Amino acid sequence: MSVTEYIRKSQIWRSIFRHPAPYDRRNRAVVILTNFFLHLHPVSAKKGGIALSYTWCMGGITFFLFLVETLTGVLLMFYYRPTLEWAFTDIRALRDVNTLGIMREIHRWGAHAMVITVWLHMYRVFLTGSYKPPREFNWVIGVLLLVLTLLLSFTGYLLPWDQLAIWAITVGSNMARATPFLGHEGPGFQLLNVGGFDLITNASDARFLLLGARTVGEETLNRFYILHCVAIPIVVSGLIAVHFWRVRKDGGISQPL
Amino acid sequence: MNPHPDLTVGVIHGLGWLYLLLFFLNIGWSVRSFKVDGQFEDILGFKHIPKAFLWAGYSALLLLVALVHFAVQSATSAEDFVLRLPEFIKNPADSVIANPISFFCLSIVIYIAIIVLRKTWVKPTVSWILFNLSVLFISVSMTDYDFRRIVGKPDNVPIVGMLFLVGFTTWLFFVKANENDKRLAEGRPVREKELSDQVLVWPDLVYTEMICMILITALLIVWGVALQAPLEEPASAVKTPNPSKAPWYFLGLQEMLVYFDPWMAGVVLPSVILVGLMAIPYIDFNTKGNGYYTFNERPFAITTFLFGFMPLWTGMIVLGTFIRGPNWNMFGLYEYWDSHKLEVLNNVNLSDYFWLTFLELPLPKPDPETSFVSQASSILLREWTGILVILFYLFAIPPLLAVTIFKKFFVKMGFVRFMVLANLFLFMASLPLKMVLRWVFNLKYIVSIPEWVFNI
Repeated sequence: MSVTEYIRKSQIWRSIFRHPAPYDRRNRAVVILTNFFLHLHPVSAKKGGIALSYTWCMGGITFFLFLVETLTGVLLMFYYRPTLEWAFTDIRALRDVNTLGIMREIHRWGAHAMVITVWLHMYRVFLTGSYKPPREFNWVIGVLLLVLTLLLSFTGYLLPWDQLAIWAITVGSNMARATPFLGHEGPGFQLLNVGGFDLITNASDARFLLLGARTVGEETLNRFYILHCVAIPIVVSGLIAVHFWRVRKDGGISQPL
Repeated sequence: MNPHPDLTVGVIHGLGWLYLLLFFLNIGWSVRSFKVDGQFEDILGFKHIPKAFLWAGYSALLLLVALVHFAVQSATSAEDFVLRLPEFIKNPADSVIANPISFFCLSIVIYIAIIVLRKTWVKPTVSWILFNLSVLFISVSMTDYDFRRIVGKPDNVPIVGMLFLVGFTTWLFFVKANENDKRLAEGRPVREKELSDQVLVWPDLVYTEMICMILITALLIVWGVALQAPLEEPASAVKTPNPSKAPWYFLGLQEMLVYFDPWMAGVVLPSVILVGLMAIPYIDFNTKGNGYYTFNERPFAITTFLFGFMPLWTGMIVLGTFIRGPNWNMFGLYEYWDSHKLEVLNNVNLSDYFWLTFLELPLPKPDPETSFVSQASSILLREWTGILVILFYLFAIPPLLAVTIFKKFFVKMGFVRFMVLANLFLFMASLPLKMVLRWVFNLKYIVSIPEWVFNI
């Protein structure tokens, strides 16, 4: 009896994997059905649907990058404190002092790559007409996931707290000042007033809601940190689950009828 | 010592590696060409010369170029290195790129060429030549200090990668769409239909995913080691950098600020883009082309989407990243970012044109002492031309489209769907229209009511 065979027959192995190795047709089906991580897939699929030249694997890569971002992000959270005093120094220490500082590079490049792969996934889905019935609503969820990906990247952009960060966020959030009715420099904000007092000022408008302050400051850093590390990832995880579930329920990867 | 040298030993050696890589790729291509491309019948009396010899000769040239790069060892020989972008090309190239009119015309020409010449440019040899040209463009341009500074910025490197990926995926799309269109014209089933037999996901899909994950991990590690994530000076609320740029994926929106006020460019238009994207499945009534690549079965949908994706979105990210410099002026790719560069801006409102130029009367001025109604009527009197234009654009054009060129659409879609489509279309067209109006008439605002912070 070989070592692999011995391990496979041990009680521990069989308690984890409840079926023989996927060497024959039956067990290749069973492995998909009984494994939690693999059960996302159907047991079988059309050859044209899973062809790399058809899907470009962009959705899968995007999901994988999301996992990479989660993993590296959690590691970075051990080293990073979102305060004016420490944010910048902690990031610099990741570069200069910390052995695993490359996690920051992987996190940042992975984030850029994820924005690009989301677009290319959307591009592919459009070009194959895969948003057409019955998959209309999954496309809508996909657009929401695109927005959330951009917001994840945007909120993360602030955290290094260097010149690049705060001015990019300042420029990016300045537009919220001009929100119609709800921004203090937007058209129609004067209409929202009570007894001659404006309800919408620079301390109560849409931009203030986003930044937690009149300018990008410590409150913003805290707000963006929580959005980046907790709030948006939770929403994204939920939507990803729905997105994948609907792919399955709508008949799998789109193919000609 | 020149603090901004066009060429250093390090740069030259880096380019040497790039040429070496291109050499190996072209050796591979020569082998492919030898197998499939056939022969020239007769060249200068030589019979039956394989076409692959051309590629082999080109590869040999690339190898020679790479070796010449590696031979450079000292700083002085780097400064005198001959293989560099000549100065007489830089200025004309810059003046084309750094001008909004020629930049957008160029991007529109490329967009139209991609669609009209879709049968030609995706042919293997043609697209390989295009790929080689784009790599050579980058490697030759890298011999310019200013180009290297802007393209080599760590956060800009992914954008260069994205351009190649967009090019590659578009190529792949047209290759597959052309094939399917040909099949459909001949009445045969599309290629995807022939691959409709069921296969087990383990191993056929699971292994692909595994390989993808390994490759992406390797890519991220190599990328992370090779290129350090940017970290500038500590944040300072008093030192405003010039230019101040939003993150790169929002630079298309920032670019719209040149043509629209923030409430339009930053709030209304992005919202319309998102609503428009979500609305696509509900307004596209064409049931063909579901689940396979095709162009001829849905030309309108694909042409429109490509217009939004290529010249508008990708093109404006390129513009915002590589070309917008200090004071949001446009700079050529080989141009020094001079913060004192002056561009004359003399933009005029439509109401100025109507009252001052056409009627030669002063603008009606609302008197802040009077009642709201009299102020409002004075403002409306001043701006009635622009308001009429906007109302016409939003409310008269959709019905006009419905009874003329889009009649078939209107009949098939019904009132609500058609109006949604037409308005989304008009919003998308509003950006290029405003650009043209700005360039041709120096038009600033069609409706300008600074009193109510309402400018269009």
